[in-house]
Amino acid sequence: MWVDADRAGVLEDIAAQFEADRGVAVELVTKDFGAIRDDFITQAPTGNGPDVIVGAHDWLGKLVQNGVVAPLELGDAAGDFQDVAITAMSYEGQTYGLPYSVENIALIRNVDLAAEAPATFDEMIAAGEASGAEYRFLVGLDPNAADPYHLYPFQASFGAPVFEITADGTYDPTTLALGNEGGEQFATALAAWGADGILNTNISGDIAREEFVAGKSPFFLTGPWNLPAVKEAGINYAIDAIPSAGGETASPFVGVQGFFVSSRSENTIAATEFLVNYIGSEEVQTALYEVGGRAPALLSAFEAAQGDADVAAFGAVGADGVPMPNVPAMDVVWSDWGSTQVAIINGQGDPVELWRAMVASIQEKVDG
Amino acid sequence: MSNTTPGTDQPVVTPPPRTRGGGIPARVMATNSSNSLRGWAFKIVLLGLVDSLAVFAMFVLFMQESWLIFGITLAVTLVINWIYLRPGGLPAKYLAPGLLFLAVFQIFVVVYSGYIAFTNYGDGRNGTKEDAIANIQLTSLNRVPDSPTFRLQVLEQGGDYAFLVTTPTGEVFLGSPDEPLAPAGGAELDSTGKAVAVDGYTSLSFADLLANQRAITTLSVPFSDDPADGALRTPDGSNAYLYLSALEYDEATDTFTDAAGVIYRDGGNGAFVNDDGRELIPGWTINVGFDNFVKAFTSDNIRGPLISVTIWTFAFAILSVATTFALGLFLAIVFNKPGMKGKKAYRLIMILPYAFPGFLSGLVWLGLFNQDFGYINQVLFGGASIPWLTDPWLAKISVLTVNLWLGFPYMFLICTGALQSIPEELTEAATVDGAKPWAVFRLIKFPLLLVSVAPLLISSFAFNFNNFNIIYMLTGGGPRDVTAGVDAGATDILITLVYKVAFGAGTGRDYGLASAFAILIFIIVATVSIISFRQTKALEELN
Repeated sequence: MWVDADRAGVLEDIAAQFEADRGVAVELVTKDFGAIRDDFITQAPTGNGPDVIVGAHDWLGKLVQNGVVAPLELGDAAGDFQDVAITAMSYEGQTYGLPYSVENIALIRNVDLAAEAPATFDEMIAAGEASGAEYRFLVGLDPNAADPYHLYPFQASFGAPVFEITADGTYDPTTLALGNEGGEQFATALAAWGADGILNTNISGDIAREEFVAGKSPFFLTGPWNLPAVKEAGINYAIDAIPSAGGETASPFVGVQGFFVSSRSENTIAATEFLVNYIGSEEVQTALYEVGGRAPALLSAFEAAQGDADVAAFGAVGADGVPMPNVPAMDVVWSDWGSTQVAIINGQGDPVELWRAMVASIQEKVDG
Repeated sequence: MSNTTPGTDQPVVTPPPRTRGGGIPARVMATNSSNSLRGWAFKIVLLGLVDSLAVFAMFVLFMQESWLIFGITLAVTLVINWIYLRPGGLPAKYLAPGLLFLAVFQIFVVVYSGYIAFTNYGDGRNGTKEDAIANIQLTSLNRVPDSPTFRLQVLEQGGDYAFLVTTPTGEVFLGSPDEPLAPAGGAELDSTGKAVAVDGYTSLSFADLLANQRAITTLSVPFSDDPADGALRTPDGSNAYLYLSALEYDEATDTFTDAAGVIYRDGGNGAFVNDDGRELIPGWTINVGFDNFVKAFTSDNIRGPLISVTIWTFAFAILSVATTFALGLFLAIVFNKPGMKGKKAYRLIMILPYAFPGFLSGLVWLGLFNQDFGYINQVLFGGASIPWLTDPWLAKISVLTVNLWLGFPYMFLICTGALQSIPEELTEAATVDGAKPWAVFRLIKFPLLLVSVAPLLISSFAFNFNNFNIIYMLTGGGPRDVTAGVDAGATDILITLVYKVAFGAGTGRDYGLASAFAILIFIIVATVSIISFRQTKALEELN
């Protein structure tokens, strides 16, 4: 079983428990989280890969495409998890993974600079202006790739998801929704924000965090991973819903982490038992939440974690979220999507034309 | 291993060495004989270790039935033993380990890449056809909507398995892969009302299940005589669910048929495909001949930017070598001046950039070059907003600058060494003849320097031609002209472009295409290197 370093500690305990109960030893191999997906895809077909891996739900499309994961029957336990987590772990109608945490971004507000949560993007900018702080609003971007993940809620608020969402709540990877009217409105807005200096592609994620903890901005769009730094700096903060820019709900992408079983596993019964009945238990989900700080995917553990105001607040924002698409085509979307956002923000051409060129390019690649 | 043993063999097979001075033959002989005894013991122990490792490997391979690798391991082990146990054959004793590692880490890798270039290995095509069929069958099993969870006891009778299931309402059924479910009378119930045993069958414990996991999870017990009602399967040995397969595989015709009667055939490109062109995932790896090479020249993503990227790749490699060599040589001459104080300390500082990992430096420079917050704009240019990494031309200059910083210590090192090996008399003689310092350098030192340094300049060119790290960490190939429609930026060199095309577009990573590109790039670099080496031969004739 491949796990990342943060998860290893908790899993060692539960693996020992599993061995005591069931007589099956679980061998944990600690790997760099980022390397797990590709190494697993390469090694699983040789028959020498692990039985179980830890992973993120947006890998799923690629894992299924390569035929290296087996469907996981959660049985009646499926209803015990957050809906968004189960949807995220599903691909073409099959559930493949046992989710353990959900994660999303939200707006962190410096209460000393802005007393009230803004309802719209314009309100937020006005409040930022009124605060007299150096920046009205901060979000980390990359000078070559912007950050479609962080900017997605604003795009969604114009009614432009990446792919069309089918009736059963999953994405239709063949039909792009990026190019609709809302998408073009979002492109125009991006250009305006870039020209106004609200968005700056030179402010990387690290710089944005530094400036926010230095009290130079009332608003910071980020995820729970930056919260420890904010707390440490003694900022008086609140976690708010992401303000809408286009009128509709600004739903962030929700990322779900979980465990997958290899399709080449010779130990499927033990693996299924370990995942569903051990890692899927409230105790383990809570323990994983305590080491990782990510909200648990199991409803009962999630309810129990509500005692932590931060988790509750991020969870409330995530309730509006949509799972990040897990279709394999996402890999080609990110690159074009990001570099076009950079061009628009920096005013390198007409935003609507740039956006249309991007949609055409993505469509071509998705069609293959 | 060989570094120690062959030396000690020497006296056994050759007469007392001629090169050693004749003054102390008795002592030499004495140490040699005790050395040779210790050497033999050492050799036997090492060879024993190697052999035991090989036997272990062969045992594992035998169990896995990997006959080819088993045969190779056996042959290699025999050859190694023959080389080291026979008397004589000293060169082979020296060369064997090196050749072995060369074969494993170089030749095998090159041959394997060459092989991959002729396959469609990549995302969605990364296994065998059997694996793909098994996987499609597995993922096409859909649980019947709203069907209940059946509590299950797996039974065994004469080597065949059977399912004893308890419905949520407490009814008990018995069935096996050959016999559809039928009501079972007289089953023994546990305290929760779950049937756990029935006469004539042995109930399997969890440990029994674990011992036969694959067999049990692939069992399929028909729900009724009508296949359309689905079949019970168990993922965990204690619960069974009702599944219907959305795709049926027919071995005779090698086709899949879905519920609507659509047929998916082996389309010849490593996937099952229907008449509309829809493929089932996953596919499998097949040989595609020269398709990848054809794609390399016809893909729009490559053809469009190919000329400008090739020019920039050559410019980047040549300028990188030229600038680092110029700076390294200049510093080497400066620090080579006799009598300079603190020379060692300066030299140490000069080497520092060479000691940092390249990609780490790339990230540090990325921060330094930041347009609004970077040290370079903020401090050196007094708060100017110069788009170092986002303007196409400035980005090229920035990349070259960082590569200069990273690369000059290497040139400094080799130039210092080469300068010190040029005899001082030559300079003195030329000075006596009335040559000015510049003439001494240009006409005497520089040509002599080039003789020893030129091969290193060529290898530096080859390295920079494929200098993926610096480009990838600093600019990622950007800035990109998004209107061009292809994913190629102003600082993309061939290798980063290939990376993007083979790993970032279309259906995902295409190792076959990437290997084909790697071979093409190798041909370019090899050609340039061969021509250059011919030129340096001409240089050597100066001597």
